[in-house]
Amino acid sequence: MQLFIQRVFDGLQAGVVYAILALAIVVIFRASGLLNFAQGELAMFTTFIAWTFLDAGVPWWAATILSAVVGFVIGAVLYRLLIVRLGGPAGNPLAIVIVTIGLFLILNDGAGIIWGANPAKVPRLFGDGRVEILGAGISVQVLGLLGVLALLVIGFGLLFQRTKLGLALRAVTSNQESAGLAGVKVMTTLMIGWGLASAIGALAGTFTASQNASVDTNMMQIALIYAFAAATLGGFDSPLGAVVGGLIIGLVSELVVGYVDVIGPDLRLLPGFVLVLVVLLVRPQGLFGSAQVARA
Amino acid sequence: MTTLEVRDLVAGYGPVRVLEGVSLDLAGGEVVVVLGANGAGKTTLLRAISGMIPVQGSVRLDGADVAGRRPEFLLRRGVAHVPQGRGTFNDLTVEENLRVGGFTRTAAEVAEDTERWLDLFPRLRERRDQRAGSMSGGEQQMLAIARALMSRPSLLLLDEPSLGLAPLVTADVFSSIQSIVAELGTGVLVVEQNANLALGIADRGYVLETGSIVSSGTAAELSADDSIRRAYLGV
Repeated sequence: MQLFIQRVFDGLQAGVVYAILALAIVVIFRASGLLNFAQGELAMFTTFIAWTFLDAGVPWWAATILSAVVGFVIGAVLYRLLIVRLGGPAGNPLAIVIVTIGLFLILNDGAGIIWGANPAKVPRLFGDGRVEILGAGISVQVLGLLGVLALLVIGFGLLFQRTKLGLALRAVTSNQESAGLAGVKVMTTLMIGWGLASAIGALAGTFTASQNASVDTNMMQIALIYAFAAATLGGFDSPLGAVVGGLIIGLVSELVVGYVDVIGPDLRLLPGFVLVLVVLLVRPQGLFGSAQVARA
Repeated sequence: MTTLEVRDLVAGYGPVRVLEGVSLDLAGGEVVVVLGANGAGKTTLLRAISGMIPVQGSVRLDGADVAGRRPEFLLRRGVAHVPQGRGTFNDLTVEENLRVGGFTRTAAEVAEDTERWLDLFPRLRERRDQRAGSMSGGEQQMLAIARALMSRPSLLLLDEPSLGLAPLVTADVFSSIQSIVAELGTGVLVVEQNANLALGIADRGYVLETGSIVSSGTAAELSADDSIRRAYLGV
């Protein structure tokens, strides 16, 4: 029993990072109907920026917040200078996806050139403490991140459902042309959407770095794959789904690897993706996603 | 009461020119119909007026040239455009669609007008929390008109409200438009193929053929014109 609980805790530890990155993917998808494959590398890049602040003597938590602000600006500028020129959501989505893959490579190499290929050390955001729950140990770090995650989900739920900005974001996603005709400032709205997503991505980056106690150029790549799986599992248009999806994938990977001997650590990626496949067969829109409705 | 004055409007898509210098007028509170067959340039005309595509020529609202300004700007000057195919936000509920329509207005005004249009269109009230994409074409057209009215426009641009609707539903939509216009005094520029119904609610009309205005007159004159009767009224 104690081993089981320990594995659940370890699963949550992995899942919390997938969940936050998946949240960033979902926010961009909801705000602009696009997938940003560079989301993980953007997060890595802003994490190095946070590290630069840390190196200059800024406390890690303040550096985390600053990197989210920088992330917001980078996301908004990226949208304005690059994605808009490709026509935004109304343009060719394939071209945009390819461009985000190009960005992936540029950011990865760019970070390597600026900060070097060796990992840099960072502290844990919530300290090194551990607490015993039900006889199993869990780090304060994981509990803290779960708390931040809960706040983010509630915050974004309220943003999308209760605020005028949220309504504008949803209207622009649903029908950009009509949103403009209704007086919504489409460009500004989309810049904010990309900014928000990149800010969350920045948090995902510093959280990942905090978990690993280090930052390096390749730290977000596996996390991005898991995050896409999490967003798919939870439903691409649901912030809550992204988070639940992320946690489930973390848990399932940990438990299956722990209990099924055939699947060792080498096949760690497998169980989560099998689960995604099975869920999609039954519920193509994901666990919390809404099915597209359109009558001719 | 907004007056619209369009002069020598030229517009198109890339190298393709659709409008070849269109001029038309709409005095405050008038209902003006532009009749034309498929491909005559009706939709392009409305898109050009509301700033959705680049134009040459002039578009004057109450004397001020607004040619080339974005739809967000024109909406704030009182021009609401119901696009072809209704432009409903399919993933949003009926009520959310109306809230987007009232985007430039205060929360209190939006709440008040939402009730007003839901009273006028009881079918929409029944479907208040239903997603718009799941509604029938007629309901979506009603929603599109209500959404446009949420901005309290002084000029309403309607792009073929009869498109894809059954004749009875179309008649219903037109009678709603007529009663709204009578009540609010909103000017309406409607482009249509269904000349019978459109001329029925219009004060004046123009006939658009391959990007040019070929004739104009009062609704009564156009209804009586033999060539128009043959081409658009099917009699």
